[in-house]
Amino acid sequence: MIQPQEKLAWPQENCLGLKLGRVYFFYMSLDSPPAASSGVDIRQIVDQTPPPGLIALFFAFAKMSLAGFGGVLPFARRAIVEQHRWMTADEFNETFALCHFLPGPNIVNLSFVFGSRFRGLAGGLAAFLGLVGPPMVLVMGLAALYAHFGDIPVLRRILAGISCAAVGLLVATVFRMMMPLLKRRELPPLLLMVAVFAGIGLARWPLQFVLLVAVPISLGVTILMQKRALS
Amino acid sequence: MNSDGNPIFGLVSTFGLMSLFAVGGANAAIPEMHRIAVDVHHWLTDKQFADVFAISQLSPGPNVLIVTLIGYEVAGFAGAFAATIAMCLPTAVLAYIVSGLLKGSSGARWPSLLRTALVPLSIGLMGASALVVSQAADRTWPAIVLTLAAAALAFATKVNPLWILLAGGCLGLAGVV
Repeated sequence: MIQPQEKLAWPQENCLGLKLGRVYFFYMSLDSPPAASSGVDIRQIVDQTPPPGLIALFFAFAKMSLAGFGGVLPFARRAIVEQHRWMTADEFNETFALCHFLPGPNIVNLSFVFGSRFRGLAGGLAAFLGLVGPPMVLVMGLAALYAHFGDIPVLRRILAGISCAAVGLLVATVFRMMMPLLKRRELPPLLLMVAVFAGIGLARWPLQFVLLVAVPISLGVTILMQKRALS
Repeated sequence: MNSDGNPIFGLVSTFGLMSLFAVGGANAAIPEMHRIAVDVHHWLTDKQFADVFAISQLSPGPNVLIVTLIGYEVAGFAGAFAATIAMCLPTAVLAYIVSGLLKGSSGARWPSLLRTALVPLSIGLMGASALVVSQAADRTWPAIVLTLAAAALAFATKVNPLWILLAGGCLGLAGVV
């Protein structure tokens, strides 16, 4: 029986952690821990793990947020499900699914919902502040530096290069998300996707206006397609 | 609207409202941020917008922190704080309330329905984000090639995105872009 407090190696991918300005690698392992294969053990471990306090919530979310380059979600999943054992993978997915269809920054929503599950409103606020606070202070520092030095030619060149790469990453994400849609070969969702792209990206219409039209249409189309799939 | 009179009020009302329409996360709201910050209020120039996007993608933490940078450009530290909280807190509280309402009624059909309906829209929005930022930045041939190369690398491999950003920065420093 694995004790809840025993820390397991973080599996998959190489993860980069930033702490006090120094970048270093965490231990990497491709093997998943033996306990992960048995659902019953995980359930017991999660049940036996004492719920986190306010301070633990704040620091856990601060840590995953500061480690999270290019998206905090994988780090949040690792920390909550594998490291701290506060939730099972299914519970995590369910919580994230809820935060994903609601508006606003998903991972921020998740922090509040997650924290409140354990410690009510104060817990939600603690996790929220942990996730948003420390990186916000860091970004404020960068903003001040940018305001003072943003016009220096060397920095301009570096930022131009980073900007191109960042757009490239976004394009890659878009294509990754599009693959399942393309594989299903359903025309209506693809048409809606292109229409929203054109309305926002080319025509530059206001977001509210486009969504107030597109969301009801997409909902209607989804319901119709599900009905047809059932019959 | 006297949003020009008090910049903090303008930031809070702008981002508070925007967050309620930010389906698909912060990166899907980039075009709207650009429309409001550059075209409507002239808080930032096109170039500054491309810069703050780059800085926000390079920094750790949720991508939504681009609003911290926009807020700073408008009203310093107070603006940065106000914009961040306005963009993050209302929807987080909304998520908290909805999760409380949903408790016990698991297996409800409409959350998954809504999610399926929103996926194509958020992909379209994120595609528009890429277009808007690339148009705000320099549109030289080397820049376009670098963007496409980064996209191909990120799509085909599992390289940590941070390395791709840093490589882009090095190429920029070398004067390629």
